[in-house]
Amino acid sequence: MNLVASMRIALRALRINKLRSALTMLGIIIGVAAVITMIAVGSGAQERIESQIKALGTNLIILMPGSTTAGGVRMGAGSRNTLTEEDGYAIQRDIPAVQASAPTLRGTGQVVGGSGNWSTVFQGVTPEFFEARNWVVAQGRGLEPQDIAGSAKVALIGDTVARNLFGDSDPVGQSIRIRKVPFVVIGTLEKKGQSLMGQDQDDIILMPISTARNRVLGQSSGRLRTVGSISIKVRDGEDMKAAEEQIRELLRQRHRLQPGQEDDFSLRNLSEVLAAREESSRIMGLLLAAVASVSLLVGGIGIMNIMLVSVTERTREIGLRMAVGARGRDILTQFLVEATTLALIGGLLGIALGLGGSLAIGHFAGWPIHLSAEPVLLAVGFAAAIGIFFGFYPARKASRLLPIEALRYE
Amino acid sequence: MTAPLIITRELRKSYALGGLEVQALRGVSLEIGSGEFVAVMGPSGSGKSTFMNLLGCLDTPSDGEYLLAGERVSGLGSDALAAIRNRRIGFVFQNFNLLARTSALENIALPLLYCGVFAAERERRAAARLAEVGLADRGHHHPAQLSGGQQQRVAIARALVNDPVLILADEPTGALDTLTSCQVMALLQQLNRRGMTVVLVTHERDIAEFAQRVVTFRDGRVVEDHRVAAPRDAAAMAAQLRAEAGVQP
Repeated sequence: MNLVASMRIALRALRINKLRSALTMLGIIIGVAAVITMIAVGSGAQERIESQIKALGTNLIILMPGSTTAGGVRMGAGSRNTLTEEDGYAIQRDIPAVQASAPTLRGTGQVVGGSGNWSTVFQGVTPEFFEARNWVVAQGRGLEPQDIAGSAKVALIGDTVARNLFGDSDPVGQSIRIRKVPFVVIGTLEKKGQSLMGQDQDDIILMPISTARNRVLGQSSGRLRTVGSISIKVRDGEDMKAAEEQIRELLRQRHRLQPGQEDDFSLRNLSEVLAAREESSRIMGLLLAAVASVSLLVGGIGIMNIMLVSVTERTREIGLRMAVGARGRDILTQFLVEATTLALIGGLLGIALGLGGSLAIGHFAGWPIHLSAEPVLLAVGFAAAIGIFFGFYPARKASRLLPIEALRYE
Repeated sequence: MTAPLIITRELRKSYALGGLEVQALRGVSLEIGSGEFVAVMGPSGSGKSTFMNLLGCLDTPSDGEYLLAGERVSGLGSDALAAIRNRRIGFVFQNFNLLARTSALENIALPLLYCGVFAAERERRAAARLAEVGLADRGHHHPAQLSGGQQQRVAIARALVNDPVLILADEPTGALDTLTSCQVMALLQQLNRRGMTVVLVTHERDIAEFAQRVVTFRDGRVVEDHRVAAPRDAAAMAAQLRAEAGVQP
């Protein structure tokens, strides 16, 4: 007996008990739809985090000054002025694993320009900063070494700042005043959106570090040119842990720390934090999928249940088929195909429902949704496997009936 | 003389029924020639049904030997038995055993499904058999839309579809009225005249008298085996019954 014939017999049998077949399928439909929706939501969340990591810059280490202790009260990271611009340059120069090391001074202030004014964050940076933090110049030009050397009063502004000061008009070449110091806008920065912590990363102004120190923050140009932080990008393929160790070693040496003495700086590996977050979202997604799988399993048990009933009900039919020459394996095939057909039709309907549900969630709840082919194929395969697995026991039961007993069954 | 179609030697069958061994057949030796029309009679519990099941390869004997068309059937595996049922034996049952919600044609074609005949050929052969039993215009009717006699004729067409060497009819008229019974028996007689071997189980002497030979079972043994000198002609009887019904409407 060929598969097409089995398929036709199966479809006929399923049509005879329409309501029962539909209810049995419902278990599979809900299961498959749940799996697809959960995977779509889960991988959507994961994808958002991944894109945030990318925006932040992978392989990024942030170096902060250490904490001070005043009368037993520890003041927290960054409260000491132990990091210098030279530390940043030394890291760039002496550690081959480092791709870009960017010492940064940070300040806030009122900016006036164009048709408005705006309070924002400005950062004094070196050209390496763009590389380290993945900033891309959208319009105009970036910072050049001579801007740093000459403490040039030039600035690049983020998208939020540009919109608040200049609206839709082109800010490049315009003048702005930062803390009353006049600057020329030489470029705009490409939009980055929100950071993981919900901050607007585009509310920013970048200027040469020397300009920030000398002309805006007004720090004395003393021997120690301290900085707020150093952003370090490690080359692709280099081991982050090893790079961190080398940086730590170099700084301890430069800061003349004795063995046993505490670090006067702290290293933070942001991508590690994000990786942990990604991991937790991945586990969340897996949990959701696992819960959804349970409903798929329950659907499978429903199929087994109904197939067992069906085998009992159709014992006479089985007996007759055997009497006219059906072998055990013909009967086995017939019931397996029937269970699998039930599961597959349920699976296909479940896919439709799952895709629709995912899109609805994405549209109405505004959650990020990621649809891909794998979970769909997986669901189809899983549905078929459930049909075969849960159909096997009833089918084998049917195939092992003795023809004479099946024929005489009342 | 050609070898008999069916040879049984000391055929025995016993069941374990609630720890008790029941001997349904206690050694049956019988030969049935090709082209014979044999009625098997006996009261219930005599073993005639068990004997039929063994002849039909629906069940296997506990002991003894069974040869069908020269092939030793006793001792074959279940797949081989299925193949024999499929190709060599046609069954006619008391309750017709047609698949519900399945057309007459598909019911007739059922045995062909299990021996790898393609759909078009299945349909062609089923239609030919349906015409033979005089129901050519009922091919797409479901069993529920047919009368008892028509259902039994569809069942006979199904028994014939794979060109068997033997028709086994188990109380084929048990569920039918007298006239329809005669018509069904007439069909079997007609098949027999064309050379088909027919073995019929019945407990009605009237029906048994349509056969050429009557074998009577009691307590698991053959107690009587005689030839019927002049078998009744079922077609003539059916015509007569119809005429009587016409006179007294």
